Amino acid sequence: MGLRGGGTMRSSMADSLWNSGARARRRPAEGRDVPRLRFAAVSALRLVVIAFAVVAAPACFADRIGDMTETSVGEQALRFFTFRDESLRYALLGTILLGVNCGLLGGFIVVRKLSLMGDALSHAVLPGVAIGFLWNMTKDPVAIFVGATVAGLLGALTVTAITHTTKIKEDAALGMVLSGYFAVGYCITSMIGRLDTGNKAGIDHFLFGQAAAINRDDIILMGMVTALTLGCVAVFYKEFQVTSFDSAFARAIGFPTRLFHNGLMLLLAFSVVIALQAVGVVLVSAMLITPAASAYLLTDRLHRLLVLAAMFGVVTGAIGAFLSFLGSGLPTGPLMVLAASTVFALAFLFGPRHGVLMRWWRQRSRGHRVRRENTLKAVYQVLEGRGFKGESVTLLELAERRRETEDEARQQAAALVRHGLATRHGAGEHFVLTPEGWLRACQIVRNHRLWELYLTNAAHIAADHVHEDAERIEHVLGEDVVRQIERRLGYAETDPHGQPIPSMDDMRRGSGGLFGRDELQGYGRPT
Amino acid sequence: MMLPMAANESLPDAPEPGQADRQNDTQFDWVRSASPEDVPLEIHDMTVAYHKKPVLWGVDLAVPKGKLIGIVGPNGAGKSTLIRSIMGLQPLSSGWVKIFGKTYRKNLRRVGYVPQRESVDWDFPVNVMDVVLMGRYGRLGLIKRPSGKDREIARDCLDKVKMLPYANRQISNLSGGQQQRVFLARALAQESDIYFMDEPFAGVDAATEAAIVGLLRELREKGKTLLVVHHDLPTAKEYFDMLLLLNMRVVAFGPTEEVFNVDLLQKTYGGRLTILSEVAEAVKASET
Repeated sequence: MGLRGGGTMRSSMADSLWNSGARARRRPAEGRDVPRLRFAAVSALRLVVIAFAVVAAPACFADRIGDMTETSVGEQALRFFTFRDESLRYALLGTILLGVNCGLLGGFIVVRKLSLMGDALSHAVLPGVAIGFLWNMTKDPVAIFVGATVAGLLGALTVTAITHTTKIKEDAALGMVLSGYFAVGYCITSMIGRLDTGNKAGIDHFLFGQAAAINRDDIILMGMVTALTLGCVAVFYKEFQVTSFDSAFARAIGFPTRLFHNGLMLLLAFSVVIALQAVGVVLVSAMLITPAASAYLLTDRLHRLLVLAAMFGVVTGAIGAFLSFLGSGLPTGPLMVLAASTVFALAFLFGPRHGVLMRWWRQRSRGHRVRRENTLKAVYQVLEGRGFKGESVTLLELAERRRETEDEARQQAAALVRHGLATRHGAGEHFVLTPEGWLRACQIVRNHRLWELYLTNAAHIAADHVHEDAERIEHVLGEDVVRQIERRLGYAETDPHGQPIPSMDDMRRGSGGLFGRDELQGYGRPT
Repeated sequence: MMLPMAANESLPDAPEPGQADRQNDTQFDWVRSASPEDVPLEIHDMTVAYHKKPVLWGVDLAVPKGKLIGIVGPNGAGKSTLIRSIMGLQPLSSGWVKIFGKTYRKNLRRVGYVPQRESVDWDFPVNVMDVVLMGRYGRLGLIKRPSGKDREIARDCLDKVKMLPYANRQISNLSGGQQQRVFLARALAQESDIYFMDEPFAGVDAATEAAIVGLLRELREKGKTLLVVHHDLPTAKEYFDMLLLLNMRVVAFGPTEEVFNVDLLQKTYGGRLTILSEVAEAVKASET
């Protein structure tokens, strides 16, 4: 069907209608970001606190790589980077695989708002791990994998059953399942710890992780799960994207959304289970959420988010393994989470778009601009007060007008000079606006007085209520809006307080005829 | 050929004998003789319940081709539910739906859908172009990626709603009206024959509303059928060829000038119909 060029409905009228609709855009984004960021900051902080608490109490976790040889940090680092130890190679490879896997899945988990599900699932697997261990009283990866996956899925099912059959909402259900399963798992684990068999070492690592204990079988399992995740995301990227964004639409076009959701949950269960060995039950969810949340702050496209999250996952995994190798008796999980939280903190502070620092900087420069414009307005008012006789304004006049000290006035004049809006004369005691400065001053005064008039005439607000509003609006009005207002007001010449509104003509005259630019042509009116 | 389906005075509580069996109803005579191509939507005795509570009762409907149809009714009348049930997003308690003579599943690609704007998270990391491309996914099916041609079509659709300059913008940086236009462009990209739109005018400024109406009319001129949930009565009269007055059941369906009268509107928006919702509550209470 002829999609292109068939736009007969578009009269020029409709054209202008679309356009004026477009003008009302912008701004909501900033306001909406704030709660999201605040939430993210709080959760990151929480993770940092947990990780620190665990690092500060390493006594409970006995065996570690550092025990093998008591050497200096430098030598340990050298050993790390030469990859001499087999266990180290496995640990590093394992954490890298884990980073890719958790990063990719985490991306989907975060945008689907399933982060808490990841947390619940990771805690729910503990009973399965313990029972898998009991199966033949060794750390058999397959038995533990099966046990943990079953327990995790059972946990997820419990949540669904509770939310679907009662009025209890998902957050409460997740909270109960998370702690309930964890408690069961912890009890079984400590019972195993008290059993009188020799081969129970390692079960406690499932709480906070010990990358050094990763062996060849674990690596194979991790590789398989990571390959599965990579494959699924590569093949079904489009499907995961649309079902995550708009599941009703996805179902309407015939996509099996349930299947994709359940598939994602299954992958999630798998990755939680393979991550247990390295990160531990308690902090697995951080490896899912934190790299993805960091990536979410840095990009607005899903595919970039996934790639970034996987990269962050790899980096934090490797850093965690390295730090654990250097230090003595530090469990890997908290270190990996610390590294991930650091990445998040960096993204939070220094992110180019949503970063706190950039936002602060933007606000600051906006504040400075407003100050300069207010100074320009004051200069205009000084000149106006003496009927525009003479061009130079003294610091004293400016200070008096702005009700400030002479020193403050000097600073502001200096700011104008720095931005090429004014030039200094005499001994610096008086100054003259440059053409640009004059133009901007006129614009601000014009904006202010037109807006006041618009509020009183068109919005019927009392004349003594409009000044404060105009003080803010004068700095944000664009030339096109101002001209619309001007036209709407029939090119009125005075504001509600009886003061003249500078016209295009005035702006040109004052600037000494320097401005012949097209953008200054007032339309609809001879200038 | 279309008579307004002015409801029988005694209808609210139970259909009269003969009314329930619409084979006897002259209202649907044209459907029997028409080819499936001329009946984009046919609903027979559809009842839908939400958590056991019925929200739509015995809906009978046959929609002619090439019409711009408004669905109006008070809050909770089941307007969205009607659309969602037709599209298979809501299980039916009874009855059936046919799109061009086949089940919805078999004619998926001939149906375009504009969900309510609030139903999605606009902070989702996609840009405008990504969203419009989703309109092509139904035709692509599973696994296949959008091709250059799909992108070309998506661009054309964006151009139609005057959003092409915003193609690379993140969707949270759009105004409400612009977001609605993006959804509209996505539906256009579906290249369907019948469109269901859930409140496309909600939260939209007057100028955008006028432009959207223009676009809908253009689609109708091309022989598309459009069913649009609308909540503003004065403009409903002006925008639509036909109106479906809905309040848990079809109060009336017919050409706007015949259906838009005080009598029927009163029946839709108040009065005796409240009995239906009370019975619905009773049904829920008895089954849970």
